[in-house]
Amino acid sequence: MALLEIKNVVKRFGDFTAVNNVSLSVEAGEFFTLLGPSGCGKTTLLRMLAGFEQPDSGQIVLDGQDMSRVPPEKRPVHTVFQSYALFPHMTVRQNIAFPLKMAGWDAKKIASQVEELLEDVRLTQFGDRYPHEMSGGQRQRVAIARALVDRPRLLLLDEPLSALDAKLREQMQIELINLQKEVGITFVYVTHDQGEALALSHRIAVMSHGQVEQLDTPETIYSYPRNRFVADFIGQCNVLEAEVVAGNGDGTATIEIKGCGRMRVALRGEVAPGQKGWLALRPEKIKVGRALAVEDGEVHFKGRVNDCLYLGDVTIYLVEVGDGVVIETMLPNSAPGLAKLFDDQDQVEIAWRFDAGSFVTE
Amino acid sequence: MNWVKNNLGKWALSWPPLLYLVLFFLVPTAIMFVAAFRFPGDFGGLAPMYYVEEGRLVWDLTLENFQRLFEEPLYWELFLKSAVYAGVTTLACVAMGYPLAWLIARSPKKYRDLMLLLVILPFWSNFLIRIYAWMIILGPGSAFTHAVNAVVTALGFEPLQLLFTPFAVIVGMVYVHLPFMVLPLYANLEKHDLALLDAAQDLGASAWQRFWKITWPLSLPGVFAGSALVFIPALGMFAIPDILGGTDSIMIGNLIKQQILDTRDWPFGSVLSIMLTAGVLGIALLGALVARGGKRG
Repeated sequence: MALLEIKNVVKRFGDFTAVNNVSLSVEAGEFFTLLGPSGCGKTTLLRMLAGFEQPDSGQIVLDGQDMSRVPPEKRPVHTVFQSYALFPHMTVRQNIAFPLKMAGWDAKKIASQVEELLEDVRLTQFGDRYPHEMSGGQRQRVAIARALVDRPRLLLLDEPLSALDAKLREQMQIELINLQKEVGITFVYVTHDQGEALALSHRIAVMSHGQVEQLDTPETIYSYPRNRFVADFIGQCNVLEAEVVAGNGDGTATIEIKGCGRMRVALRGEVAPGQKGWLALRPEKIKVGRALAVEDGEVHFKGRVNDCLYLGDVTIYLVEVGDGVVIETMLPNSAPGLAKLFDDQDQVEIAWRFDAGSFVTE
Repeated sequence: MNWVKNNLGKWALSWPPLLYLVLFFLVPTAIMFVAAFRFPGDFGGLAPMYYVEEGRLVWDLTLENFQRLFEEPLYWELFLKSAVYAGVTTLACVAMGYPLAWLIARSPKKYRDLMLLLVILPFWSNFLIRIYAWMIILGPGSAFTHAVNAVVTALGFEPLQLLFTPFAVIVGMVYVHLPFMVLPLYANLEKHDLALLDAAQDLGASAWQRFWKITWPLSLPGVFAGSALVFIPALGMFAIPDILGGTDSIMIGNLIKQQILDTRDWPFGSVLSIMLTAGVLGIALLGALVARGGKRG
């Protein structure tokens, strides 16, 4: 049985439905992420897991036990808050010892456990400092150590890296992954940053308007978004309006993109002729060249480079194919030297395999 | 040039209050300090500081006034009793002001100003009138006294006299000083980060532990500020014991007033005043040291 089961949970604030019938389960030892734009209900769901909010209906079951009537202080669940919420009048050691004191551990055991956690987050020499004497990244680590010190069944993290600058964030991401592996505690992580979600998680639940749009591994979510929202929200994606011409019966369909023509596309599910939707296609899955050999199973277009965005490691080329249809492509600048391949107005050919993209609906 | 210009502005703004304090606080204090070493005049007030004898100037100063204070334990007991009254008043103000300040600080923002206004509303009427009102409330004929004594006799005790007792003095002092406790406490509690309480609860703290381990220690600066604002004026209070207290509940302020105004023994009144000021300064200094020691960084 899963460690955490969320069953048909609904939460309303007045007229606003923050969480709308969400069901999902999280396995023990998993790094699970709730991802979505602000207002999608992810933080409300997290607060219900912590016990600060009560579901209007539905159940939250942890370790087979219904948590509905259990107050936050009695749950084997701790939270790392976005603002860290370190106690300003306590040293780092006193902060980390806090949950153990509340649980009534004896002083000797507390001291040794606190030292162990300080070591885990590499802050041993900062133990007697006060929070305001530390950097953002260090405070972050104290908050995590404090929430892990009595080995909760579940650690909730509410956008814990959003206050850090980009470089430090990447470093903290690696530390988080390693720490989670080391302690083996189940993490439920809330973020609006899709890059962070992809980098950290075993599985991601993409949320929008209080509902789960897709729940999958990062690779699946990125490669096979289930609907237009997920395709748009995760990473860069060409989302081209399309209409189904016919199903081919072999797990593919023929679709027509206005101004561009017909093409084959791989399917995940059933479609009917005349159905409207979008072709979702990642820029980096598209081949670009001055002249490309047509290979079997490839969709092939001639076009013209409209714009180039040189980003250093990669360059984004916006290629106009057919009538006003612009497709974003991305090529690594992996060749030695300046490495930029094309210029504005260059005539190019682009191609992708029929299963490189997917047909998505609303 | 700029430096002079900038500081001229500061100087222009700060000399009037400085002059005011020097003229009306520092100079009188110095006069009082000197008066403590002079002899009382034959008909009250002060005797001359010096006289001329055989063409020589002779200073006529004495330590007798201090001697009198140090030799008579009654005065020390009065100092101690005043400190106890002021201390009890301060504790009662903390006990009553803290929940009130907390309630205001946690109320919706739109009601807070109104509630603060209600706290300072008593200042709109005269201090003495309010104390005389307490005289009526605590008097033997009042409904309040009847109600209290109904309970007391029902429990099998003799009826109590409320007015002209230490109890009446404390009640009056708490009543007058409560706003001075509530306002600094509110200013402190209002700034607390509520996420800390969420975090404490999340980490296993019960409601009582959340108060005792988080809210209370973080509110100590407010408690100290309020206590100073209550304790110091309460220590020197004379009007309330005069009106509400009996013969056994006078405070050091009453003695000073009596020495200066009734007995007209200005030198001894000055000695008592100086000791009171020194005592307050000593307590304030101690408080500052404790606060510095307790303040981490």
